[in-house]
Amino acid sequence: MTAAFLILAVLTVAGGVAAMTLRRLVHCALALTVAFAGLAALYVNLGAEFAGLAQLLVYVGAIAILIVFVVLLTRGGESEPAKIFSPAAMTGAAIAMAVFAMLAWAVKTSGVAGRVIPAAPQASMRAIGLGLMQRYVLPLEVIALMLTAAMIGAVILALREKPGSAVDKVRTPPVPEQRG
Amino acid sequence: MNPLAGCLLVSTLLFSVGLAGALTRRSAILVLAGIELMLNAANLNFIAFWRFGPHPEALTGLIFVIFSIAVAAAEAAVGLAMILAIYRHARTSDVSEITEMKG
Repeated sequence: MTAAFLILAVLTVAGGVAAMTLRRLVHCALALTVAFAGLAALYVNLGAEFAGLAQLLVYVGAIAILIVFVVLLTRGGESEPAKIFSPAAMTGAAIAMAVFAMLAWAVKTSGVAGRVIPAAPQASMRAIGLGLMQRYVLPLEVIALMLTAAMIGAVILALREKPGSAVDKVRTPPVPEQRG
Repeated sequence: MNPLAGCLLVSTLLFSVGLAGALTRRSAILVLAGIELMLNAANLNFIAFWRFGPHPEALTGLIFVIFSIAVAAAEAAVGLAMILAIYRHARTSDVSEITEMKG
């Protein structure tokens, strides 16, 4: 366990906590970006450069921007009313703490801490590319199809519906005449 | 504590934070952000077990994380589009106020 790992871990967890506790949604989105970037740095620290770069591109570059866009489009700039200690919030926090306690206990008693650490593996771009093109080519194609479908679905969902437009006709069946 | 246990503990913390956020926050955007945090915790576990596991040359954990990131991107796009559509319909993105389908 190196100092770099500790610093990155603290940064990531602090970003996550800030993203889930801050009041203003824009601040939450920025803290979430910090958490995602810290995770990318953790991946690089663990020797998975390609996954770290993919995380940086997809999460920091796309998802965080998308979240900021939605925050602005839904007028989420106004802060939520302060109800930190409402019963629902306390219940949720208690459930999360129970889950954390159980998982930490499982990690502690699993014997993982006593294992010998193997040498750092080699994960060259070439090996990853060959794996994606040979052994995992079918999952890659499935993912490509799913991304296309998700993209079309997201565009259709977010299209602004005007009364009488084609989207409106497809989505809502004609309303029958109301009888007085 | 060895590095693998450290990674697992960090990922456990991230998962709990995301779970607490998804359960307690009332903005639908933040619920989605909490779900993303939980997904990222799982990804960190995959990377940790790939790095410290017995057969890293098979690259399974790494490839799984790449696919998982792609699925998360699709999920975030569709989820945020749904939040936009609901906002346009109900003029709010507060999950406790959208109760039309409550049984």
